[in-house]
Amino acid sequence: MKKNGAGKVILYIILVLYAITTLIPFLWAVSSSFKTLEEIVQGTINFWPKDFTLDNYKQIFIQQEYFPRWLFNSLFIAIVGTILNLLFNSMAGYALARLSFPGKKSLFILILAVLMIPAQVTMIPNFLILKTLGWLNTYQGMIVPSMINATFIFMMRQFFLNFPKELEEAASLDGLTRLGTFFRIVLPLAKPALAAQAIFVFMGFWNDFMRPLIVISDVEMFTLPLGLNTFKGQFISYWNYIMAASMVFTMPVLILYAFFNRYFVKGITFTGEK
Amino acid sequence: MKKERKKYTLYEIGQGYTFMLPAIFVLAVFIIAPILYAIFLSFHKVELLGGPSYDFRGLDNFVKLMEDDRAKIALWNTIKYVVIVVPAQTLLALVLAATLNAGLKGEKFFRIVYFLPTLTSSAVLTLIFMWMYNQNGLINKLLGMIGLPGYNWLGDPNVALPAIMIMNIWSTAPFFMTIYLAALQDIPDSVYEAAKIDGANFWQKFWYVTVPQLKPVTSFVVIMGLIGTFQLFDQSYIFSKGTGGPNNSTLTVVLLIYQYAFKNLGTMGYAAAMALVLAIVILIATLLQRKFSKEETLH
Repeated sequence: MKKNGAGKVILYIILVLYAITTLIPFLWAVSSSFKTLEEIVQGTINFWPKDFTLDNYKQIFIQQEYFPRWLFNSLFIAIVGTILNLLFNSMAGYALARLSFPGKKSLFILILAVLMIPAQVTMIPNFLILKTLGWLNTYQGMIVPSMINATFIFMMRQFFLNFPKELEEAASLDGLTRLGTFFRIVLPLAKPALAAQAIFVFMGFWNDFMRPLIVISDVEMFTLPLGLNTFKGQFISYWNYIMAASMVFTMPVLILYAFFNRYFVKGITFTGEK
Repeated sequence: MKKERKKYTLYEIGQGYTFMLPAIFVLAVFIIAPILYAIFLSFHKVELLGGPSYDFRGLDNFVKLMEDDRAKIALWNTIKYVVIVVPAQTLLALVLAATLNAGLKGEKFFRIVYFLPTLTSSAVLTLIFMWMYNQNGLINKLLGMIGLPGYNWLGDPNVALPAIMIMNIWSTAPFFMTIYLAALQDIPDSVYEAAKIDGANFWQKFWYVTVPQLKPVTSFVVIMGLIGTFQLFDQSYIFSKGTGGPNNSTLTVVLLIYQYAFKNLGTMGYAAAMALVLAIVILIATLLQRKFSKEETLH
């Protein structure tokens, strides 16, 4: 589309203004995380700290002894949960696309129906079920109920429907079983779909606030969002600490994004085509 | 058309269910069973002390819903929130996507910047905004600089909910923008060429070509927005330390469900009933959307 000069200027003004609107909260948070408490209390609005300090990042680990533990819990749950999701969603998606077995159609419809059930309905019974299993305050209580995801089973099914059949036929001639074919031939070729899925599943676990709030009450088992909320309660006006902790928490996803940028867009685009 | 019943070998059955086993297990234990359990709970008064005990109350929980003042407040807050946030974020997403799609230089840079809120967790975003909303904080200072009065964003019942609205419009619009952008890139150039020959200007092209072409995506974005906004929880919880205050102004339906289920004693069944009603409301909205965009899903 070609546009005249004035039109272009207006478009640029919109783009730049909104970029500023997006960036200000982040820049303000980053800048606050490098400020001294004194400067925070004064409430001046300089984005560059007067006394630049790294102390906040040290202090959060000293003041809150559980901080490293929360970081570990979050990483562990997110990583294990993501790996299980990749494996199980792909297996289910593959079976629904490629295998023939009784009840396949009903299972597929069931999975589509599950997409429409809001989490609030299952939240209370899940709490009671986990309580009965003795899984409250455990990693499995956080991971197992979310180790599959209906959206991504659906996505993998769509992916495998378009997957070239010849490859699998060749593999079966070579004497590989279905499971063997799946792990050795199919999964390695599904990398782009897996990458898009991995990012969203990881972010889902990493950012989840409600499930840990319900499943976990033991401070040692907190994940970062929960820990962050507690931390805020403890250091109510120490915004320099709170912002430093928030930044530590945001880093892993930003790093993921830096590396896998294109898969993010792919994943979102898929959601739009559902 | 009825298909001939297919015969399956034992091997095929075993193979299919091996692949489906993890999914079936989670579906059964953590989704299907809980849904049935939730329906059961909603007809009972539940006591958790000394192992759960259930006392059948028929439709009492649903009747109580009609008389509960806090439920009315929560519903009203949620409706206000949905009615303002969904159109605002949809419009903002559309305008940003159309602007980005105009083929200007630096599009990639703006896309990366705009995407930042989508990457950041609701807990972190809420904390950042609470810090900015501080009485002595950045937003009031900026308002002061242009001669506007500041607000007690977190403490004044009149502005606490709008404060969350502003934050969430800001944080969810970019996600929907990405969906719009993908759809915009699929609109064939020939459509715009035709409009140009008819002498349409930029805004006419936007309103008479772009917007109608994006109709199916818009309905999708709206329904995703509805589902998301009806379930507002994290932000209200963190903002109000779980109370829904000040003066119930940030109390949402899901926050109230949480309070009745996990903070008050003996109201878990009532909370389950409330969750079911919410689910039905969301379900109706989803089905309406499915109906509207049927031709789209059929391709």
